[in-house]
Amino acid sequence: MRRGITATALVAALALAATACGSDDESGGGSKSSGELSGTVTWWDTSNVGSEDKVFKKIAEGFEKKHPKVDVKYVSVPFGDAQNKFKNAAQAGSGAPDVIRSEVAWTPEFADLGYLAPLDGTAALKDQDDFLKQAVASTKYDGKTYAVPQVIDSMGVFYNKKLFKDAGVEPPANIDELKTVSKKIKDKTGKTGLYLRGDDSYYFLSFLYGEGGDLVDASSQTVTVDNAAGAKAFGVVKDLVDSGAAKTDATDGWENMMQSFKNGDVAMMINGPWAVADTLTGKEFSDKANLGISTVPAGSAGQGAPQGGHNLAVYAGSKNLEASYAFVDYMTSVEAQAQTAGELNLLPTRTSAYAKQQAVDSEIVQFFKPVVETAVERPWIPETGSLFAPLNTEYTNVLTGQTTPEKAAKATGDSYRKLLKGWK
Amino acid sequence: MAVHTSQSVAKAAGDDVARGRSRGTGNPPPPGKLRRALSVHWYAWTMVAPVVIVIGVIIGYPLVRGIWLSLTDANERNVARSIGVNDMPATYEFVGLDNYVDALTGGQFLGTLGWTLVWTVSCVAITFCLGMALANILNRRIAGRSAYRMALILPWAIPGFVSVFAWRFLYNEERGLLNKILGGAGIDGIPWLNDPTWAKFSVIAVNVWLGIPFIMVALLGGLQSIPSEQYEAAEMDGATAWQRFRHVTLPGLRPVSTTVVLLSTIWTFNMFPVIFLLTRGGPGESTQILVTQAYKFSFEISPRDFAQSSTWGVLILVLLMLFAVVYRRVLRTQGDNW
Repeated sequence: MRRGITATALVAALALAATACGSDDESGGGSKSSGELSGTVTWWDTSNVGSEDKVFKKIAEGFEKKHPKVDVKYVSVPFGDAQNKFKNAAQAGSGAPDVIRSEVAWTPEFADLGYLAPLDGTAALKDQDDFLKQAVASTKYDGKTYAVPQVIDSMGVFYNKKLFKDAGVEPPANIDELKTVSKKIKDKTGKTGLYLRGDDSYYFLSFLYGEGGDLVDASSQTVTVDNAAGAKAFGVVKDLVDSGAAKTDATDGWENMMQSFKNGDVAMMINGPWAVADTLTGKEFSDKANLGISTVPAGSAGQGAPQGGHNLAVYAGSKNLEASYAFVDYMTSVEAQAQTAGELNLLPTRTSAYAKQQAVDSEIVQFFKPVVETAVERPWIPETGSLFAPLNTEYTNVLTGQTTPEKAAKATGDSYRKLLKGWK
Repeated sequence: MAVHTSQSVAKAAGDDVARGRSRGTGNPPPPGKLRRALSVHWYAWTMVAPVVIVIGVIIGYPLVRGIWLSLTDANERNVARSIGVNDMPATYEFVGLDNYVDALTGGQFLGTLGWTLVWTVSCVAITFCLGMALANILNRRIAGRSAYRMALILPWAIPGFVSVFAWRFLYNEERGLLNKILGGAGIDGIPWLNDPTWAKFSVIAVNVWLGIPFIMVALLGGLQSIPSEQYEAAEMDGATAWQRFRHVTLPGLRPVSTTVVLLSTIWTFNMFPVIFLLTRGGPGESTQILVTQAYKFSFEISPRDFAQSSTWGVLILVLLMLFAVVYRRVLRTQGDNW
């Protein structure tokens, strides 16, 4: 019994000390001297292995120089697995990192599940006004801020300038031109025109937007993927593959796309800034000037590419919240963003980073900057991250001829209505 | 099994108790049935307790929890979770048999079940026939027999995921070895994993490749236990090779092959790694079997649907139990003694 009292007293004292520390930290804010942060910060990075990850690892470890007592553990997690891995670890309460590179659509979902620590009033949120508005949008959920935007992106057509010159064609402005360009390339060089990723429906979005469609309309709570435009968009991609203008795969899409493009087996791919560093390692692009970038081809209703990107979020169960907040701030600083813009051609999320020389010098950053500004923004509701699983299935079904565009659109809409209770 | 042991141990324990009682003083009141059972069998119960507890924890708890979840509407967003400052209690509710009604009346479960049956039957049948053929070949005295045996057991020795990934590289439509060979022979590449029908063929082929060693080794053991006198007698009576196979080898292999077929049916029905690592159930859902679909419900879609996933899990269990019972009964009517 006596022992019990002592233990309780000890715990209480510790708790008091802890809260005292906590409040100290909060009031300290930005003025906290660097020596005080300590412990380990584990960061799950999802950038492409073999190209982007090296730079991010280098930047992350630079945090240790500023805060010598902090040990940064850099862990590279494949992008495709990260969402599930984080959910597993977060729900189990063990093995989750302190900081995760969360894709924009995952952020509201993780926040809704209670896995993320709110960042308002912490060291992670400094000069919020410097961030691009469209980048910040995905970090807000239910009136709180749960992440800090790290990079922003959109999509465009990557093309092989040499193949284009051999075939005597110009980058296509719309779907019809895409088909004629592909045919000319096939006739003149024997190569396929476009690689269209068939296993990830994110690569389908620009066709959907091009026909005037969208996945859902959050303002009127309506599922829109199964309207006429949606069905038409499914028809467009099916026609591209069936006519031989594009080739696709139902598995290993990323790997096959990058290999085909890097080896010059295809002349075009639809992709985003995240693929640039990897593309430039290919033999066709040992001369960087051979890589051309143009806007995604317009559909019958116009031209539209999705706005994407990655945020840095802090796990709510982190044992080292203070250092994690500081780490997030450091990783999204102007200097870090300028460095990734210069070395990896990734788009900064801070206005001031665009003024840095590295960003100014990067043609790709300069190309994508206006594209991002006009890119189509998805609604940042918790379900946004859930919209792709049903779409992936139907998208692949259409491309492999297992269903018709109309049926695919309808099936996707049906699963969305199951997901979004009460939506029209 | 358990009954046998407990009886034999009980005898020993009974002696012990008797001796103990003789040392005691006075007459104890006549014990109740349960108490007597406990006092007689306590030693047996103590001995089996660790096993019972371990099985209870490892199998019993997940099973009961799975069945419970299948009767609720539990998903990722309404189960209890406590992360740092966020502490959310469970808010899922009991919904009775709704999940089962949905699964059995909707098209998805029955559609997936149809392909799962095709997959199981074709895998087991092809694997068994090929395994039987190879076992018969390797049962003869041929040069380099042990080398062949080693080579044929190889698929078994390699970790499953390694060989499945190797197959995935072979199947790659653009850069895979299989299509390169076909291209060399002037044949168009085959969309091994990109066409729904070819994908079904491909996953079955890989599973057959993986499954042959087990069947072959088991049948080889069975073949060696058939007395050679039977073959000699059959030969004396003028039986042809086919007749010897049909009337001596097959009946002789019966005890082994029934067990092998039962095991390999259960394994194939739930063969998660081949499907998951090769196609992830794709293209679309065309190679999705029941277990991979159940996995998809609880780990791949979001919000994760724990209720539906456990419903499918329970249904898989019921199906396999039904199969085992029917299989056993059929064998018993045919005169088998198990």
